[in-house]
Amino acid sequence: MSAVLAVEFQSEWLAILQSPFMRNALIGGSLVAIAAGLLGYFVITRQNAFAAHALAHIGFPGATGAILVGAPVTLGLAVFCVGGGLLIGLFGRRVADREMATGTILALATALGVLFASLASANAGTTTSVLFGNLLAISRDQLLVFTAFTAFVVLTLAVLARPLVFASVDPDVAEARGVPVRALGLAFVVLLALTITMAVQVVGTLLLFALVVTPAATALRLTARPARVAGLAVALALGSVWGGLVLSAMVDLPPSFFIVSLAVLAWVTVLAATGRRSRAVPRPLVDAHHPH
Amino acid sequence: MTGVDAPPSPTGRPAALVLDGVSVARGGQTVWSHGTFTVRAGAVVGVIGPNGAGKTTMFQVALGLLPVTSGRVEVLGAPPRRGNRRIGYVPQNYTAALGEAIRARDLVTLGLTGGRFGLRRTTPAERARVDQALAWVGASDYAERRMSELSGGQQQRVAVAQAIVDDAELLLLDEPLANLDLRNQQEIVRLLGDLHRERDVTIMVVAHDLNPLLPVLTDAIYLLDGHPHHDEIGEVVQEELLTHLYGTPVGVVRTAQGDLFTRAAWRDHSR
Repeated sequence: MSAVLAVEFQSEWLAILQSPFMRNALIGGSLVAIAAGLLGYFVITRQNAFAAHALAHIGFPGATGAILVGAPVTLGLAVFCVGGGLLIGLFGRRVADREMATGTILALATALGVLFASLASANAGTTTSVLFGNLLAISRDQLLVFTAFTAFVVLTLAVLARPLVFASVDPDVAEARGVPVRALGLAFVVLLALTITMAVQVVGTLLLFALVVTPAATALRLTARPARVAGLAVALALGSVWGGLVLSAMVDLPPSFFIVSLAVLAWVTVLAATGRRSRAVPRPLVDAHHPH
Repeated sequence: MTGVDAPPSPTGRPAALVLDGVSVARGGQTVWSHGTFTVRAGAVVGVIGPNGAGKTTMFQVALGLLPVTSGRVEVLGAPPRRGNRRIGYVPQNYTAALGEAIRARDLVTLGLTGGRFGLRRTTPAERARVDQALAWVGASDYAERRMSELSGGQQQRVAVAQAIVDDAELLLLDEPLANLDLRNQQEIVRLLGDLHRERDVTIMVVAHDLNPLLPVLTDAIYLLDGHPHHDEIGEVVQEELLTHLYGTPVGVVRTAQGDLFTRAAWRDHSR
């Protein structure tokens, strides 16, 4: 009961929003939303959702390991995410192979994370912020790294966009047409790892889907055109981050909860509005456009 | 040279596919060997043989995706190479893998511009070519729909549109009739016949069942006892050969109208 009573409307929420740490949170969250929204279409079409989830967890020992040796958390996260991503990417295109490799690497990484955390005697707060993110603690240094990462993701995607769509949606024909499918897969996993490195610090390991997968899944219900899906997913992710921060300032609760809730709310709303189209449509026995 | 160099077709074009003493292996295992034949430009060739005989492997050789272990290969007058834009390819079980994340039109567009790096909008000229290909296969009406929303026959038409959008001279189709009902099978076969007649495309089709394709086939390649053989279709559709090929009795029927059919010649003698 006291837990419920702890939720209190902050009448000075506008002032809170204008504080430096809120400004950092807005900028940092927006950068992550842009990168994550852009990658979502590919995560879904490449059936990489599990890998995305696993990469977030693979970052966990990176973060606790960095604390152990006194290195920046972002560096530890990036090294482990990119390394883990390349390792998963090398296990090839067959989803079944990749899933097994991903699961095994994931287990090892989580075990390492627990080990490092206990060796570093990291306090519960540090571990919690890795698992659930702490957008309100984003520093200026982290913002600089986020800016560089996001710029890299956006520019690389601009160059790779078309062949990457081809290789993701239609890998067999793309390969026959001379598209470097495997190299593109590795490049994508690096972009994903960098994005996850940032996203983990915003929404945390456990809630990462809300920025990487959910906005794109929502957008895909509304359009199937890759560029529009990407644009819409970025808008949805930005909306979730901004709305989440405002709500968090209003009631003084962690922004992660609100960011994720808003993203899921948008998904559920669009799902309800568009009905169970697509997959539920049974294939007609004969083509409907030829009535004769 | 062993005398199997491509005899030029009547139009003077180089042969679509020339194999000269070719063997291919996968994972150290020979799939087939002693492949020596010429597919002339403008032929419509059925590629038949039991499961695992290496029909798809032959396409991968032509596409430059699989190097041969011995022999010489020539595709459209040049050695095979990956990314040959003169070849259109429709893989096996192709359309089933394409989900709700792509529209028919965008898939066809990828066949034209999908290999291009960098940001650039599709030009009006490119869009016109995509429209043309979609119209050619009769898919204009559902071009804006997602692949997952189309029927099997519609998906197969879109796949063909993607394969011909870049003006392919050689079309490789791997089991394009699988999972289609009779009418859709016939419509795809009619489409292949049109492609052959009106666009002068050389077509190679991997098929389990020859019957639906017989009206358009000019030749066949059959994989028998570990070797590919090539012949005119009339020479291939023989009871003895087909029975040997499939390992089960096959009969050949010629109707009064001259239509050719194969049928299972197995009978239940207990009845």
